[in-house]
Amino acid sequence: MNRIYIGMGTCGLATGSDLVKDAVEQWSRERGVSTLITPTGCVGFCQMEPIMDVVTQEGIRISYGAVQPEDVKNILEGALIDREFCRGEVIGQYRNGKKPLTGIPFIEDHPFFKKQVKFVLKNCGIINPTSLSEYRERGGFRGLERALTSSPQDVVAEILESGLRGRGGGGFPTGRKWQLAQNREASDKFIVCNADEGDPGAFMDRALLEGDPFSLIEGMIIAGYAIGATQGIIYCRAEYPLAIERLETAIELLKKERMLDHDLNGSGFRFSLRIKKGAGAFVCGEETALIASIEGRRGMPRPRPPYPSDSGLFGNPTVVNNVETLANVTGIMREGSEFFSSLGTQNSKGTKVFALTGKIRNTGLVEVPMGITLKEIIQDIGGGIAGGKNFKAVQIGGPSGGCIPEKYIDTEIDYESLKGIGAIMGSGGLVVMDEETCMVDIARFFLSFITKESCGKCIPCREGTQRLFEILDYIVSPYSKMKNEEENLQRFNMVMNLENLAEVIKSTSLCGLGQTAPNPVLSTLRFFKDEYEAHIYERKCPAKACRGLLIYDIDTDICTGCTLCSKKCPTGAIVGGKGKAHYIIEDRCVHCGTCFDACRFKAIVAS
Amino acid sequence: MSHISEDVTQEEIIKSYPQSREYLISILQAVQDQTGYVSKESIYKIADYLELPDSKIYGVATFYNQFRLNPPGKHQVQVCRGTACHVKGSSGILDSIKRELEIDVGGTTKDGLFSLDTVACLGACSIAPVITLNGKFYGRLDNKKVQSLLKRVRKEGDSK
Repeated sequence: MNRIYIGMGTCGLATGSDLVKDAVEQWSRERGVSTLITPTGCVGFCQMEPIMDVVTQEGIRISYGAVQPEDVKNILEGALIDREFCRGEVIGQYRNGKKPLTGIPFIEDHPFFKKQVKFVLKNCGIINPTSLSEYRERGGFRGLERALTSSPQDVVAEILESGLRGRGGGGFPTGRKWQLAQNREASDKFIVCNADEGDPGAFMDRALLEGDPFSLIEGMIIAGYAIGATQGIIYCRAEYPLAIERLETAIELLKKERMLDHDLNGSGFRFSLRIKKGAGAFVCGEETALIASIEGRRGMPRPRPPYPSDSGLFGNPTVVNNVETLANVTGIMREGSEFFSSLGTQNSKGTKVFALTGKIRNTGLVEVPMGITLKEIIQDIGGGIAGGKNFKAVQIGGPSGGCIPEKYIDTEIDYESLKGIGAIMGSGGLVVMDEETCMVDIARFFLSFITKESCGKCIPCREGTQRLFEILDYIVSPYSKMKNEEENLQRFNMVMNLENLAEVIKSTSLCGLGQTAPNPVLSTLRFFKDEYEAHIYERKCPAKACRGLLIYDIDTDICTGCTLCSKKCPTGAIVGGKGKAHYIIEDRCVHCGTCFDACRFKAIVAS
Repeated sequence: MSHISEDVTQEEIIKSYPQSREYLISILQAVQDQTGYVSKESIYKIADYLELPDSKIYGVATFYNQFRLNPPGKHQVQVCRGTACHVKGSSGILDSIKRELEIDVGGTTKDGLFSLDTVACLGACSIAPVITLNGKFYGRLDNKKVQSLLKRVRKEGDSK
């Protein structure tokens, strides 16, 4: 029987891995051979999706990238029959103790994987996410077994010793959180998994839930045992239907195995688990807001103390941990805290998963030891900037984070070093930006996100971010949009107060969302002041990204007079007869860029 | 998506949940799954069932981005406005869809064929820019690909 693995996470499916699967099935039918197709989660190398792994006669698993349905036949015939293994784009072969094939590189030697340390994502993309036996084969539930043979106090001590800090953003020591909850006497305690990955630009939790749901559940059971919670809730985004489906299947399987809702291995500990679907609110990443949402209320944060470890869900002691944190717990209990703390830096132990996206050659999910430099991630793993452009900045930490310029790209990543340069670890989104990205536009983008997501409870966040957004909007608006000189003066007045307002929001907001909301503005102001100045004084966007500030013109030599642009122009600003060169009337132009997109001859130039 | 809004079934759906506020969001989700949106009537029904004021239900339904209070189009387009998508030009894609469909975000075309929404992040950042059409992901898009996708769907709709 032939064995084929196909990456069928969201990224795989979006690039057509289901069609690849169909092609494999068709090939098997035509050839009359039986083939076992195992759908896996995401291996992390999303740039190369769809990814298909073929197990050869020798039992060697070879990974092929960028597989199109029409290539499938050729690759399979090569790998399984003709013994020509390089008919597709080979990523590499997996090491599995058998004699490796000559002439094919190992997957871990691929530049994308070479500097990675897979601790949390160990199983992602390798195993069938809904197969208990495959999970067990790779060390699954060994951590839980170890936990159950020690006392809850010892488990908490082990997590404390490992130095694990929350991976959701704040970086609070997980062991300390657990200790607080453990010490509380209560009949009901809860462990809540925050899988409401609202941070735009981050998707590590999705990949983990889709690719290895058991490792999260194992971590939750361990956490429950340690703090004395018998109930667990996974609060997962509704935008991740596949992740929810995989979790549901995993929970059902574990119930059948009597690992949930039953006395665990005769230890007297019994744990039950359910999923709560989120409904799309970024602020629910804040733990008190998340708890309010589980209780069926508007997801608004409340002042702390009392901390959830004292009074959380329905007034009971509650620990809220992020997906990656809990998956780390599984690994720590399996491998031991010493192994974990041997990775990373003085204050930040272990590994961190980053979602590498934006203008970079290799997009995907990378897991690296703490202390690696940004440069290594971007240049060595990410393969540098796509399309031969120049690197400008990398945005880390989502809407609460900051943009790091080239000057600081050698910074070693840990919680403290990032804070020092005005960013935060956040959940680990790394959005790479090149010379064509405007930093003012990015700051405005984040503010527009925050104004939509602010829950409205406290004034600095509700009103302040709105004003901040208006100022940035003013900066990127054309002069022609302003009605009179007074408005223009007002704009300057607002710009003068930009920094001040940002500081006030930062120091007076109620929760983490508001306190960090001005970070994108402050960090871009700090490192890219020249871009702000160009927008304000010269009304020019150096990156040519702010459409409002661009001036459109028609190159009369190229224009064929097809009239398409004048038909599409929403304000009738383009004149000219059929077959004759067209002109743009500047006063009427609203800088929407419609003509620029519409022109098939590239006759419209923006400057 | 089915657009059956027979009162009997909706009531059954609501009553399949325990009578506790904790399940409010789940009930709203189930109602929206069935009819595509949360209608005024269903808000009253849920309020009756949970013995809460209508305003509380409305408050929750409007707080979360997922819930829509008006009927969606036959084909639902969601444009991801996450950071990675933004950097890769999703605002241009959104503009182009708006122009093609002649509707704004949150709107439904006059023929009821398309409705357009934005979403904070779909979590498919590695293949940005991304949209979903009826829940199916389309990645690595540009204006041309989006236009042809919409045209294809419209054509299929016409031929049926």
